[in-house]
This record gives sequence, C-alpha cells and structure tokens, in this order.
Amino acid sequence: MNKYFPGPEPFHVLKDISLSIGRGEFITIIGKSGCGKSTLLYILSTLDTAYEGELVINGEKVSGLKESGLAKFRNEHIGFVFQFHFLLPEFTVLQNIMIPALKLGKLSRDAIEHSAMERLSQMGIKDIALKPSGKLSGGQQQRVAIARALINNPGIIMADEPTGNLDSANTETIFNIFQELSKQGNTIVAVTHDTDFAKRSDRIIEMVDGRIV
Amino acid sequence: MKTSVNLFIAGTQLWSRRRQSVIAMLGVVFGIAMFIFMISFMKGVNNYIQDTMLSAIPDIHIYNDIRTDYSSSVTRSKYGSDPLKMIIVHHPRPEKVRLNLKNAGAIIRDLQLYPEVAVVSPLLSTQVFFNYGSVQINGVLDGVEIIQESQLFGLRDRMITGLPEDLLTTDKGILLGQGLADKLNVVKGDIVTLATPGGIAMRFRIAGTFAFGLSTVDNIKAYAVLSGVQQLLAKDHDYITDIRMKLHNIDVARDLALRLGKKYGYKSEDWESTNPSIRTGNLIRDTLTWVVSITLLIVAGFGIYNIMNMVIASKMKDIAILKAQGFDGRDIRTIFLSQSLVIGVLGAIAGLLLGFLLSYGLSKVPFPQTEFTYMKFFPVVFESKYYFFGAGFGVLTTFVAGVLPARKAAGVDPVAILRG
Repeated sequence: MNKYFPGPEPFHVLKDISLSIGRGEFITIIGKSGCGKSTLLYILSTLDTAYEGELVINGEKVSGLKESGLAKFRNEHIGFVFQFHFLLPEFTVLQNIMIPALKLGKLSRDAIEHSAMERLSQMGIKDIALKPSGKLSGGQQQRVAIARALINNPGIIMADEPTGNLDSANTETIFNIFQELSKQGNTIVAVTHDTDFAKRSDRIIEMVDGRIV
Repeated sequence: MKTSVNLFIAGTQLWSRRRQSVIAMLGVVFGIAMFIFMISFMKGVNNYIQDTMLSAIPDIHIYNDIRTDYSSSVTRSKYGSDPLKMIIVHHPRPEKVRLNLKNAGAIIRDLQLYPEVAVVSPLLSTQVFFNYGSVQINGVLDGVEIIQESQLFGLRDRMITGLPEDLLTTDKGILLGQGLADKLNVVKGDIVTLATPGGIAMRFRIAGTFAFGLSTVDNIKAYAVLSGVQQLLAKDHDYITDIRMKLHNIDVARDLALRLGKKYGYKSEDWESTNPSIRTGNLIRDTLTWVVSITLLIVAGFGIYNIMNMVIASKMKDIAILKAQGFDGRDIRTIFLSQSLVIGVLGAIAGLLLGFLLSYGLSKVPFPQTEFTYMKFFPVVFESKYYFFGAGFGVLTTFVAGVLPARKAAGVDPVAILRG
C-alpha cells in the first residue's frame, strides 16, 4: 500500500508497503521518528482510511468499508493501547473497561462486569476497580488500558508506544503481559522506540523512510 | 443496549461537570421563565384593556344607518328610460327616514336562535337634556330591557349604587352614569328632569349609578326601561333603534356581523370595526412580547452552544478514544446531543416552574387603585398553551444549539488526536 500526506507537495509517507502478519504473532515496528511506523499502525488498525491499497484482516477486506462499519469492526476485533493511556477520566476503572463491551452489546451488563473484573485480576490490579481512572499511576493506567483493549476478546492488539511513558519496572510488567497475551493466541502489533522491548518480540519490522527494511 | 451505552456516557460526562451543566441550564431556565412571565402578564394587560374598552361596546351592533348612498337615479321615475333625458341634483341630502328597525321583534327572536349569540339586547337611544337648575346638561338616554343589558355589559359589576334590577322596581326609574350623577349633584333616590329634543319633559327617579371606567360613557349615559323611553318619545311598542349582541366567542364577530347585515338589510357592525385600536394595541404588545421572549430563548441557546463547544474542545481525546474503541460518528453525536437535550429539557421544566411562580407572584401584587379602575391586582393570565410553547421552543433551541457542536464532535479525526 501507499500513503501520501496531502499538501501543496504531497508527501509520500508509506512507499509500496506489503506486509502480512500471522495469527498469534507478537510484532514490533521500529524506526526513526517520521519513518511512517505510526502511520502504518493507524492504517492497520482501520482508524486511518486515507491510503491506496488493500487491507485484509481475519480474511475480511476492510478497505472501503464505511465509517460505521469500520467502527463496528474495531469494536469487535481490535483492541488499542496508546502511549498516553487515554482512559476516560469521568469514569471508574471498571466502567472504562466495560464501555467497549457495552457498546458491542453481546453480553448482559452483569456478565460484562464479571469479565471486566477477570481482566483486572489478570493484570493484577483488581483492587483499583472502583477508583476514578484519573487518579491512577502511569503503570496502573496502562494496565487498565490493556484490560480495556482485551474486554471484547478482539484477537488483535494494536499498541502505539505502549511503554513510551513508563519506567523500566512498569515496562517489564507490560512486556510480560503482552508476551502472555501472545502465547494465548492474540496477535500483537506494537510500535516502539524501545529496542530492548522490540528485541524480545517474535518479529521486528524496521522501517526507514516509508519502506520496510 | 447500544443507545444506552451512549446515554450512560453522556450522563456520566454531564454529571461530572454538573456546575457547568447547571450554568448552561440556568440560561434556559431564565429564558423560559421570562417568556412565561412576560407573555402571561402581557396577555393579562391585553385582556384587561380589551375588557375595559369593550365593556361599553357590544360584540355586534345592528342599527339603521342614515343612508348616504345617492348613486340611485331619479331620472327613470320622471322620464322613463329615455337615455337622452337627465336630471342633475346638486348637493343631495338624505331623505327623511325613521331610524328604527322595522320588524325588530322578529329580528330579535331570529337572532336568539343563532348558536353563536349569547345575549340579544334591544335599545332605543335618544339625545336628552338633563335639567339641572337653570343649566341643561346634554346626555344620552338608553331605553333597554335591563336584564339583557346587564348580561351584555356586565352591569351588575359596574354599579356604584343600587342594582340593575332596581330599575324595574322603581316607578319611572333611571340609572345614571356616575360622572353624570356627580355633575348633577344627585344620588340614588333623587329625582331628575329630562327633556327630549322634541320638547317633552319627564321626571325620573334615580334607581342607581354605574361606572364603566370610560368618561365618554360615565359622563353622558343614562338607562331607563325600554317602554319608558318609547313613551317619552311618543313611539309605539315596536320602536327600537338598535339591537346589540354578546357572542360566546368574539372572534367570529366580524364574520357573523357581515352575514347578519346582509340578512336583515341593516348596518351591522362588529366590535373590531367599531373600535379598531383595540386590535392594533393588542398586536403591538403581542409583537413586542414575542420578540423579546424569543430573543431571550435564543440567547439561552447561544449559551448552550458555547458551553457545548467548550466541552467538545476539551473532550477531543475522549472522542478519539471512543472512536478507536468502535463508537462511530452517530454514537458520538448522540452522546453530545443528548447532553444538550438533557440541559434543555431540565432547564425547560425548571423555567416553566419559575415562570409560573413569577406570574403567580405578580398576580397577587395589588394594582394601584383609582376610582375608575376595577382591577384589584396586576392582570396575569394562566394559559397552558404558553407553557407548552415555551417548553417546546426552549427544547428546540437547545436542540439546534446542540446539533452543531455535536456534529463537530462526530467529525473528529481520531488519528490526528491520538498521534498528538
């Protein structure tokens, strides 16, 4: 696929990218700032639709789907983890985790709450379930964000600099969680600056100037 | 289920910044409260003024106008249809006519069959002079059936001394306008002497005095029984110059007056044609009220628009996260629009309540008393239609004010926000 940033002189960000990722793989994308790795991630995650080419996830062609169709697809199949945690500050930890599942609407509220609590204990932070999400430490917030990403059993986790804002102890924790998830069959695609983090993943994709090397 | 997530998010966000929400709501509350207050008061004023001015005007008035139509030709009766002959009449004058309504009794019986008509009151009116010492005071004597007349103009409420029915129990009784009685320096029980333009004089005993609050009436008018005036004018029992009517609904007066005029062949005037300034005044006050009220509501709408815009600007990140998690543009729009609507609906309810309390309060404030006002408190009407309109328009304003920011929120590009 190809992607241009529009402008007076369109900037060719992604040049003839062709990539396939296997189910259950733990992939990290590394590269210098501006090489297009985040852009690639947002295209893979269906949030960015302004590109040329084709994107197929789980055998379903998602390029060309309408906005609401993509939203539904993300809700069901993709979990997000961002650098800046991005929890909704008005809600408690538990509510933050439950919202994507409530949106999906496949389970009853009680079942969702139960499964959210399960995710929290999986992350080892069951005790903070009822705290307002604004009052957590960075590491805690990131674990909540991962729990939220997992609530709909998406199978695919997209992470943009998941450890970019964390100290080494928390980074270690997050990495272990990712590894564990990968073993359970989740596909993980993470963009990172942290080469140590990347080295321990299943596959590293390095990008230079919009190409995979 | 999915809608309920949106509402759950909207509710939580609204609650977490309740101070801001309440301030946005206050705009709507005051807008609607002032709308209710102003419209109730203005309508009260309109009604009061209309009541006062209409108090001495019947809804429909049928009488025999002096004919001033001189278009008919007299040539034919003199020369037949010879087209070469003509007669030129300079400065024609009206013919001598009897100003009474022929077959008045039949007309009255016919009018009483109309379902629109509440009261029919016949009248024989004449100019009279009230002799007061050596001075003669000009006045108008109305010969009426006092029971109908009382129903027509609500005379009972306007009596200063005596009762309308006293006219029937007093031999040669008369009811005087209070202003007239003051001028003549007479009170109930005194005797006054009346002289007609024809030169006949007759003595009447004062059975009571009344005040309409209009000096044009109170200073010149007197009532006597119809048969008394017929006798005074030396006319027969059918001699009636006017028929006045009160309708159940005064809005049909114009239409009905036209129909009646055609049917009986007499001049038939509705209250509006008799006194066009009433409707003009009402229209001006109504326009003012509506303009000011709607401005208030729109200003409240702008308040909501501003606050929602600020909220959305500060919630960009949250919108991006929600979108990443599978909420589409419509969900985001629902979330923010429902916040505006909650503010609008709660504001409207509180506004109606406050508006009612203000109106109720004003309706209990005593009105400064003068001898001609019969109003005890400030005039306020309580009509549910204004409450419905206020609430409806208030909610509509907040909806419109909420749509634009909500659409903006729905259009947020999550990638731009998430990448920072």
